[in-house]
Amino acid sequence: MNRFAALLDALLFTPSRNGKLRLMQEYFAATPDPERGWALAALTGELVFDAAKPNQVRALAAARVDPDLLGWSYDFVGDLAETVSLIWPETARAGGHVPSLAEIVEQLKATSRNDVGSLLEPWLDALDATGRWALLKLVTRELRIGVSARLAKTALAEWSGVELDRIEEIWHGLAPPYQALFDWLEGRRPAPEIGNLPTFCPLMLAQPIEGSDLDGLDPHDYLAEWKWDGIRVQLVARGGDRRLYSRSGDDIGTAFPEICAAMPAEVTLDGELLVLRGGEVAPFNDLQQRLNRKTPTAKLRRDYPAAVRLYDILREGPEDLRGLSLAERRRRLEAWYAREPRPALDLSPLVPFASWQELRELRDGARERGIEGLMLKRADSLYVAGRPKGPWFKWKRGALTLDTVLMYAQRGHGKRSSFYSDYTFGAWHGAELVPVGKAYSGFTDQELQRLDRWIRNNTVQRYGPVREVAPQIVLEIAFDSVHRSTRHKSGVAMRFPRVHRVRWDKPVGEADTLETLEQLLT
Amino acid sequence: MLIAAPRPETWIRTTSAGLYCEPGDFHIDPQAPVARAVITHGHGDHARSGNEGVLATPATLAIMRQRYGEAAGGVLQPLAYGKSLTVGDVAVRLLPAGHVLGSAQVVLDYRGSRVIVSGDYKRRPDPTCAPFEPCNSDLFITEATFGLPVFRHPPDRQEIDKLLHSLALFPDRCHVVGVYALGKCQRVLALLRRAGYEEPVYLHGALIGLTELYESLGVALGPVLPLADLSRDALRGRIVLAPPAATTDRWSRRLPDPVVAMASGWMRVRQRAKARGIELPLVISDHADWDELTATIEEVAAAEIWVTHGREEALVHYARQKGYRAGALALTGFEEDE
Repeated sequence: MNRFAALLDALLFTPSRNGKLRLMQEYFAATPDPERGWALAALTGELVFDAAKPNQVRALAAARVDPDLLGWSYDFVGDLAETVSLIWPETARAGGHVPSLAEIVEQLKATSRNDVGSLLEPWLDALDATGRWALLKLVTRELRIGVSARLAKTALAEWSGVELDRIEEIWHGLAPPYQALFDWLEGRRPAPEIGNLPTFCPLMLAQPIEGSDLDGLDPHDYLAEWKWDGIRVQLVARGGDRRLYSRSGDDIGTAFPEICAAMPAEVTLDGELLVLRGGEVAPFNDLQQRLNRKTPTAKLRRDYPAAVRLYDILREGPEDLRGLSLAERRRRLEAWYAREPRPALDLSPLVPFASWQELRELRDGARERGIEGLMLKRADSLYVAGRPKGPWFKWKRGALTLDTVLMYAQRGHGKRSSFYSDYTFGAWHGAELVPVGKAYSGFTDQELQRLDRWIRNNTVQRYGPVREVAPQIVLEIAFDSVHRSTRHKSGVAMRFPRVHRVRWDKPVGEADTLETLEQLLT
Repeated sequence: MLIAAPRPETWIRTTSAGLYCEPGDFHIDPQAPVARAVITHGHGDHARSGNEGVLATPATLAIMRQRYGEAAGGVLQPLAYGKSLTVGDVAVRLLPAGHVLGSAQVVLDYRGSRVIVSGDYKRRPDPTCAPFEPCNSDLFITEATFGLPVFRHPPDRQEIDKLLHSLALFPDRCHVVGVYALGKCQRVLALLRRAGYEEPVYLHGALIGLTELYESLGVALGPVLPLADLSRDALRGRIVLAPPAATTDRWSRRLPDPVVAMASGWMRVRQRAKARGIELPLVISDHADWDELTATIEEVAAAEIWVTHGREEALVHYARQKGYRAGALALTGFEEDE
């Protein structure tokens, strides 16, 4: 467990993706089975056991440590699991049996929540401080180390030389501690037979395109659909089991029971998860309300009814359709839907067009609810995992822009740790500037260097790592949409804000107002 | 006739300049220039410039001369560890504090009453300075930088191994370790050498003077080179030491894809390390951790404990529970940095 804890600790502090991949690869290479398999399960969020409650953890520490000292320490550290891990007396440590992650997981699985405390105590005595921290984060389900399931699988792929998509395809047919997977990855056995299980098919993704890039392409080769402003999902019904997978292959079915209930048998479908009211797509913010909850209340389901707008079919009955052309799959999808119409599922229509010019006009006119732009897909494209160059394009509608004033700056992380690269910008509200958002991207390296220099020379106040700057720079911010938000003082929040241009030339008095931004609310 | 020894608070008190010994008419680590100062060690928040007379260990005086030149003081009077000097009505002795080279506890004897001012100290072995020497007293004035039980510094070797492991894992990256110029820099060098690391270590310009001074005072630190002459690519796979502020600021842009490490007791708390953008926290401290503070209180067996600069309340609480008379001594001007 101490070894796994050291990995988690290093992952927490390592900002770069490549650094995290290297740490995980080293761990998988150096750690025996089943320990590394349980570690993989912890990293991918596949461990299932009754979580301990924070007050159980606190009670354990209070029995060992003076309560005043514990209180002061908690005030200073600010995190209960960390406080307890650091303050836990080490006098009993020498000689105690240091549990492996495998032992810990197996015993946790066999224990109910009320008894978790008594399990923890001897482990806390035996582990080192990092081990105690990792254990407490694990049992309270607060392990947040900036690693997605996808990244952990990527590390497996790079370490073993097996393609990531092959791992993804069988992933959901496997269970911790993944002995068969590691046997395969290390070349001892063939790929695990996963049988008739509802596994995730790695997604085919589109490349962004600009209008001017279209001119070399023949419009007759392409089918167009609206690009909906929801999240990409895959519906898999197989062998009596139903799964709703997110883009990254996480099963989010429990958050959307109405979708799972509507799912027909023996089919794999590709579509967009949306909140739909009477066929109208609600703003993304509405969907966000649902995404925030692991299990929705009845009221939430009523207020934010979820649905999936389908655009592809990957499997029907026993047949894998991914080797067929898109045009053929589209016929199969429409035929299937005509036979099996369902509540909470509908078809994303094709957008007919004869020329790029016609399509451009359609796209420019599409600033209505839920439409983010257009998807262009070659009619003869096979369904290929990943983001191949050429067959699929996403053509986003033009972004909204707003001239704002730079108010605060903070240094970035990793490669940008010496640059003031995170900007809070504001809009005028009367004579006052109100912060309306933050942007971290969109500028060139040269612009970043110039901004960094300017910020250092024009700081009026410092709040820890944050610098308040003189309100003298206009940032033209591009964003996809704006919606109401109670979390921001301004009452609005932008979606995907980025710096479009730094307007060194523009007087700040000419920047936009909060009222202008409010008029753009969707 | 037997006269009872005077109580410490009748002859030790604070003035606006800091801790003052009345019968000797001198301050200890004054925060503003005074006529006579006893200096515990060379860190800038303890050894300030501009005092008229300065009494300290020879190494501390050398450090002050290096840092302040002429401004180090009017008359610099060395006092070796263990030797006694009478100042006014008070006998002054300096004992090793184990904090940095030259660091001392100040032992004051006045009419049968003994006060020890610990200065900053630690108890674990440090190859760059003499170890803390416990001594009994009537009043022990202790620092409490890490005066909370969450601060328990792991063995140095474990932290150095973390650095060497990272260097092996990321051989194409430079490892830059944030260290304070006095003490930590040289200690990290010495610990690297003890762990068998024999490659040259590259230093930020601000660290070179004191490192050379350590060498000249007989502390061997192995090959060190100024960073300035090296190309970016030549620094891949190298260890660079720099002042903490430089490691994540503009200066660091000359380094190839650096792993930013920091050697400090504060690295024990994750949020502190995260907030500073540290990728490799190394818990290496020149201050006593909680266990060392409490063990020292027990060991020196003073009837009374005053706790200063740090988290006084927790250590005062602890000492009182153990049956000592204890109180917080508010002294301003000391920094949290180590």
